[in-house]
Amino acid sequence: MLLNIDIALIIEKLALIVIVVMSSLVIAMYATFMERKVAASLQDRRGPNRAGPFGLLQPLADGLKLFFKEEIIPNFSSKFLFILGPCLAMLTAMMTGAVIPWGDKVHFFDRDISLQIADVNIGILYVFGVVSMGVYGIMIGSWASNNKYSLMGGLRAASQIISYELAMGIALIALLMVTGTLSLKTMVGYQVDGWWNICKQPLGFLIFLICVFAECNRTPFDLAEAENELIGGYHTEYSSMKLGFYLFAEYINMFISSSVMISLFFGGYDIPFVNDAHLLEKLGTNWMALVHAGVFLIKAVMFLFFFMWVRWTIPRFRYDQLMNLGWKILIPLALINMLITGGLILLQQNHWHF
Amino acid sequence: MQALTNRVKQVDRKPMSWMERAYLPAIFKGMIITFGHMFKKRPTINYPEKTRPFSPVFRGLHILNRDEEGRENCTACGLCAVACPAEAITMEAAERKPGEENLYREEKYAAKYEINMLRCIFCGLCEEACPKDAIYLSETFAPANYQRKGFIYGKEDLLIPHPITEKEAYEKAKGGRVSVR
Repeated sequence: MLLNIDIALIIEKLALIVIVVMSSLVIAMYATFMERKVAASLQDRRGPNRAGPFGLLQPLADGLKLFFKEEIIPNFSSKFLFILGPCLAMLTAMMTGAVIPWGDKVHFFDRDISLQIADVNIGILYVFGVVSMGVYGIMIGSWASNNKYSLMGGLRAASQIISYELAMGIALIALLMVTGTLSLKTMVGYQVDGWWNICKQPLGFLIFLICVFAECNRTPFDLAEAENELIGGYHTEYSSMKLGFYLFAEYINMFISSSVMISLFFGGYDIPFVNDAHLLEKLGTNWMALVHAGVFLIKAVMFLFFFMWVRWTIPRFRYDQLMNLGWKILIPLALINMLITGGLILLQQNHWHF
Repeated sequence: MQALTNRVKQVDRKPMSWMERAYLPAIFKGMIITFGHMFKKRPTINYPEKTRPFSPVFRGLHILNRDEEGRENCTACGLCAVACPAEAITMEAAERKPGEENLYREEKYAAKYEINMLRCIFCGLCEEACPKDAIYLSETFAPANYQRKGFIYGKEDLLIPHPITEKEAYEKAKGGRVSVR
């Protein structure tokens, strides 16, 4: 039998899916809170502090507000697509989490349960596929609004994401040449035993990072929602929870892309400066999985903070600057990076004979 | 060209160096600056819990004063209404009856005293015009209201609490600076 599927496997995967979806929703919720708090503290303000202790209930209040606001669907819009847009944005944001290894494995009921929903051997390609689907949510939403400003915002988002996907892919090819695998789990495994990929591919990481910022529509690349030129960008016509979905999808995207970056370049769930094999003997599988997941979460929160830190530091790019950076700088740089990496690997395989 | 002042700064027009064009060092510098702001003291004042002390010349809501025995100072002379540039003050005078000496200081008093807070510009001329030190501008804000008629403050809104029977409220209303003779 090629696929070893039984009821227990289905149950464990379902449980894992529910956990991952729920936790990424909660993390995205509190990322909105964190964003406001970080923004406040970077600007010498206090940020939300009314709802609950330290304002911790603020995301709930925001959610309630969004749910109870009036839903407006413009008369001339295509209603089906108008509703489909935010759904797609949310869906694609959630789907990427499927291939990220959140930890090694846990041991329950005589079964080793891998803390990864699907260990597909083309993991990173799957991520790319789903991420590039994300632009459909924005495009469809902006087109269905039947508003020129929304459409312009959508167009910007689409062209931006497509341009930056190229550089991102090429930067990743260099990494794939180093690791020799597409599976995220295997990639993390290599990093647990050896060096983190950031040490091997610093330039590649930089390019990847910039492209991730552009893919997530985060500042300085948030031209799709440049409110001073485009009113509100692609979500001008959206209100209540449909707008909430778009904004929420952005935060889930941020979290997921941080997770992808961690898995690719920062050793995934690896604990830095600690020999994981020794620790595993001391703690046992299940506790080790918990520690791993915690370390992963800490890294993710650090990345989220980085996203916000950049957002409140750098002003937004102009559109032509954005395109210049993407096509004329990042893609050639990524190509050069790929060439150099290829050359070095070739030399290494020939035992450094010149 | 000769500069008019010594504050002139020459604009640097030489092309950017390679490091400047790389843009990333500049971003890094900026990020250090913003990170430093995380640890700075916030100038925010947590408003409902803490209030900022007003300047001694602040002119807030009006109060009608009483003397130390709790008698109303106002004699309804109308000078404040005359002095008011926005014509916000209206009043009706009445004569003190025997047995009301503990209520009103002089023989005449204001039976009705109204200030329309929508018209009032808080210039303080009423305070200056008053010969009896009866009207003062306190250090409180004009609060919000749901209806226009809520902004027409009558005597019950303006009169300061009784200094003997409601000592605490009186002290609070008096605040830091209203002097009572």
